[in-house]
Formats: sequence, C-alpha cells, structure tokens
Amino acid sequence: MALGLEYYLVLSALLFTIGVLGVLIRRNAIIMFMCIELMLNAANLAFVAISRSLGQAEGQLFVFFVMAVAAAEVAIGLAIIVSVFKHKETINVDEVNSLKG
Amino acid sequence: MTAEHVLFFIFGAVSLIGAISVISFKHPIYSALSLIVTFFAQAGLFVLLGAHFVAAVQVIVYAGAIMVLFLFVIMLLNLGTLPAKSALTGKMKSIAVVFGVLLAAEVIFIAISAMNDTEVGSETTREAAAAFAEKSVTTYNIGELLFSKYLLPFEVTSLILLAALIGVIVLVKRENQTHN
Amino acid sequence: MEIDILQQLIIPIIKILFIAHLLIIGVMAMIWSERRVSGWMQDRLGPNRVGPQGLLQPIADGIKFLFKEDLIPNHVDKPLYVLAPAMLLIPAMIAVAVVPFGGTITIADIEIPLQIADINIGILYILAITSLGVYGVVIGAWASNNKYSLLGGLRSSAQMISYELTLGLAIIGVLMLSGSLSLRTIAIEQGANPWQWNFFIHFPAFLAFTTAMFAETNRLPFDLAEAEQELVAGYHTEYSSMKFAIFFMAEYMNMIVGSGVVVTLFLGGWHFFGLETMGGPIWSGIISFAIFFIKTGIFLFVFIWVRWTLPRFRYDQLMNFGWKFLLPVTLTSIVVTGTLWIVTNGSRLWIGIGNLVAAFIVVAIVAGILALDTNSKSVGQDTLAAPPLRGLEAIE
Repeated sequence: MALGLEYYLVLSALLFTIGVLGVLIRRNAIIMFMCIELMLNAANLAFVAISRSLGQAEGQLFVFFVMAVAAAEVAIGLAIIVSVFKHKETINVDEVNSLKG
Repeated sequence: MTAEHVLFFIFGAVSLIGAISVISFKHPIYSALSLIVTFFAQAGLFVLLGAHFVAAVQVIVYAGAIMVLFLFVIMLLNLGTLPAKSALTGKMKSIAVVFGVLLAAEVIFIAISAMNDTEVGSETTREAAAAFAEKSVTTYNIGELLFSKYLLPFEVTSLILLAALIGVIVLVKRENQTHN
Repeated sequence: MEIDILQQLIIPIIKILFIAHLLIIGVMAMIWSERRVSGWMQDRLGPNRVGPQGLLQPIADGIKFLFKEDLIPNHVDKPLYVLAPAMLLIPAMIAVAVVPFGGTITIADIEIPLQIADINIGILYILAITSLGVYGVVIGAWASNNKYSLLGGLRSSAQMISYELTLGLAIIGVLMLSGSLSLRTIAIEQGANPWQWNFFIHFPAFLAFTTAMFAETNRLPFDLAEAEQELVAGYHTEYSSMKFAIFFMAEYMNMIVGSGVVVTLFLGGWHFFGLETMGGPIWSGIISFAIFFIKTGIFLFVFIWVRWTLPRFRYDQLMNFGWKFLLPVTLTSIVVTGTLWIVTNGSRLWIGIGNLVAAFIVVAIVAGILALDTNSKSVGQDTLAAPPLRGLEAIE
C-alpha cells in the first residue's frame, strides 16, 4: 500500500509556510528570492503527489511549466538584484525604498 | 512500516531541516547550500512518487542551473562583506513564529479538507491510483501529453523564456553611449 | 529466496566495489600516463625512477600527499573549505553508476548485466550529476577567501552553465534515434559495426559533446578556472595535502566517467564487429568489458593528447565559442535529425550526411556574420559580447 496523499500534502504545506515566513522575516533580497523558490517547490511536491493519487500524468506536466516559469523568474529577478546593487550598494529591501533611482 | 514510509520520513525531515536552515542562516551562501539540500530531498520524494523524470529535471534545473546562478550572483556581489542588518527584534521573531504556525495549520487544514471533499480522497480514485502507481509515468507518457494536449502551454512557456532572455539582456546591458 | 538476496544485494555490491576500485586505479593510471605521454610528446622522459617505467610514481605521490601536513589557513570559511573537495569527488564517483561497462555475464543461470543500475532516465541522471560537480569548485573557491580563487570559481560557474546547454542539446539527436534514455538501450540500439555508431550519424553533435565534456571537466584548453599564469592555481590555490589530492582525483574521475559516457553514446559502447558475442556466456561478458575498457582508454588518450596540443582559450573566446558556434550547431543538429528522420523514414545514412552539411552551413554563416561584424566595428567597442561576460566585467 502506497503512502497516503495526506502525508505529502502536510509536508508540502509545511515547506510552503517556511517559504512564506522566510519572505516575511528576512530582509536580504537574495534570501527572500530563495524562499519564493521554496514555495514554488512546495507547490510542485503537491502537484506530483496529487498526480499520483488521481492516477493522471498531468500533475507532472504542470511541474514542468512551474519550473520553466521559475527559471525565467530567477533570471530576471537576479538581473534586477544585480542592477539594484550596482545602483545602491545594498540589497536590503528596507533600504531600497525610493521609486526614484 | 514499508520502505516508502521510512524513505518519506527521511527525505521529508531533510527537506524541512534544509528549508528552516534557508531562512535561519545569516550568510546567503549557507542559505543557498541549504536550499540545494532541500531540492535534493524533494527530488528523492519525486522518485518515491514514481516521477523519475521530474526528479531528474528537478536536479538538472534547480540544483544544476538555478542555484548555480544564485551562487554566481552572491559571489559576484560579494555579499558576505556587507553588514548584516536585521530588521527583526527578538519579540517580533517570536510573533513571526506564532503566525507561521497559524499559517501552517491553516494551509494544512485547507489541503486536507479539500482532499477529503473532492474525488481525490475517494475510494475509487484510491484504487485507480494504486494501479497507476504500479506502472509509473514514463518519459514517453509525459512527452506525448506535452506535444499533443498541452502543446499550447508548452509553446507559451518558450515565449516566456524568450521574454526573460531579452529582459535580462536589456537589464544588465551596459549603456556605452551614456557613459562614454 | 536465497537467489533473490544474491541477485539483489550481493551481486550489486560486488559490482559497486569492482567499479569503485577500478575508478581509483584508473585515476592512478591516468596520472602516470598523463605525465609519461606528455613527456613523450615533448620529447623528454617523464617520471621513470619509481618502479618499472615509473609505474609506482602515483603511489609515491599518494604517500607524499598523505603524510603532508593538512593545514587549514586561518582566513578560510572552515566548514565549507572542508566540504568542498567532497562535493567535487562524490558526484564524480556516483555518476558512473549508470554507465554500462559491458554486455551480460551468465553464471549459473543468473544473467548479470555489467552495469550497476540500469535506470530508465540514465542519461538525465548523468547530466544531473555532472551538473553538480560545479558546486565543489565554486564553494571551494569561495571558502578559500582569496580573490584569485574567487575569480576562478566565477569563471567556472559561468563556463559550466554555458557548456551544460551544449552537453544537453547534443544528445537529443542521439535520443531521437534510440528512443530511450537508458544508456544500455542506447548502446545496444547502435549495433555492432562501427559504421552504425552515432559517431558517424551525429558527427557534429559528437564534436560538440566532446568539446563540452572538456569544458565540464575543466581540462585544457578550457581550464580557465585554474589558469596558472593568471590565477595562481584558481579555485584550489589554498588547498594542500590530501584535500588538494581529492580535487585532483575528482578531475581525473570526471574524465574517466566522461569518456565512458562518450563511448556509450557515440562509439557503440561495448560493441565491436560482433566480437563481444564470441565465446561462452562468461567469456562474452569479459570480452565486451575489455572492448569497453579499450575504447575508454583510447578516448582518455585523446583527452591527454588535446591537453598537450592546444593552448588555453581566453575567457571571451570561450564564451563566444560556446554560445556562437557550439549552441547553433547542436540546435541545427536536432532540427535536421528530426526532419530527415520523418522525410527519409529513419535512414541513418541521410541523417549523417544531413547533419554534416548542416553543421558546415551553420559554422559558415556564424563565421561570416562575425567577420562582417568585426570589419564594420570601430576599435574599442564590443557590442556583441555574450551576456555572461557582462556579469564578470561588472566586478572589475
């Protein structure tokens, strides 16, 4: 008998919560960004687990779409962080608070 | 206790410890390494779920490419030398933990109740799932779906990646004309 | 029940022990042959004092490494500094698990495939594991807290990401023809005779894959991460004693595994004119292993040969070569293979010819564009450099 879906969902929920907490309590832009990746991964875990429970391969496909979007997002996000750093010499999001460069 | 139980708890514990380390280490390099550990444990969980292809792609894309980019940027900006300012006092941290626990309880409650309300948790699906878990999804199945039913999302994904590519080049391109 | 335990536990353990020791002995043999071959190529002797023909030199070196003081400099980040060599060595060692090193041996009605694990995503596993090797280099470089090391690590990470693309794209044509990701199936699908091997069908992809392999293993002409003239010793400047030896071993192990993968993907694995089917159930397995061994050895010789023949690339040349030549060639190879496979009903001859012609056309077009660009460009402006170069320039 395979392990029940609820185990995987609870793990996924815990990982997601840790990601949310990270974004809320850390002020370092790079670490906040990593926490976003963590949340996406928690969702991926839920996708794959539900895919097995429903007996369909679709859940695994969505994981690929999530990964592709995550890759695009990381590339753009890190580029933004690098240009913010060049400009302000910091990546503490509390200090990057003016719209005018 | 089957082998799946044991492996699930090992991988689950490793991924949780890794995730907590991501948000508690001061230095970004250590956070990044903890995140890699988490991704690995997740790849292990994917294998456990019979999603071998997803597991391999998880390691290739996340551990092999995305996290290398993170490390590259951390090293490029040499963030270790920056003064680590924390906006959080001890009191706020404990409040954060309380709300984190609340949030976790809420997400778990929603997930489990949704599972029980819908067909996911019903007996018939469980039987179908058991049969499905036996054969496991192959790369062939995924490729077939990706190039037939989900062709449009697949193509849109490539457009997103193209847009990201152009965006990055525009963002980091040095403007020779204005500086010289 | 007893046979079950034998098949599931004891035989794999024997195979793992055999391969792990073979790898370590292979590393020693490689160190010896690298020095002897380079000596031969430069018309000098090389090490020949310890043992016959200097064969025991690697052992003497190993003993020397073991007894050296294992010092950790004060300014390093200790946990990561200690962890880094292991992070390089472990991926190098576990990647070999899916490489098939021979046909099958049948002993007492038990058929033993000469491979540690035949998983159905074999080649993806190889790609995933080799992509992890970069962490050892990058973390070692960062933990050393030394600007030359850091520069080496930065170069290495940019180089790895760039060449991994080529590595992944070059095999897609191969996968299309074999219809499987399992390395064993890929080797069997190619057939026994050399003209059926992917080496001829996908010649441009083979060249691109090999080049990317050189870059991934940090070998000359792509060893920018440890360029002696510019960066002292790059990422392992601060390492000494056994930790340095582990970096060294990992590099050679990567080469051996890489050669094994190339042999499996492009050179027909353990096949050679049907020689591997000669002999009884036991001998055919041993012969097939010997064939694989010899092929891998020849390819390792190519590694050494290239190292002592070609000069090192400059960093911008490396990036330009990867992004402007290798990537277009492999992408075209995918399109051409797919199209010709449909049009000619899977005729391998036409796919081979088409791949070659297409690669020539692509290289000619890219070279033409670059030549036009340099002619029209005034001095001191470089508007076409690849994006990763921008990143590196930003720290200067």
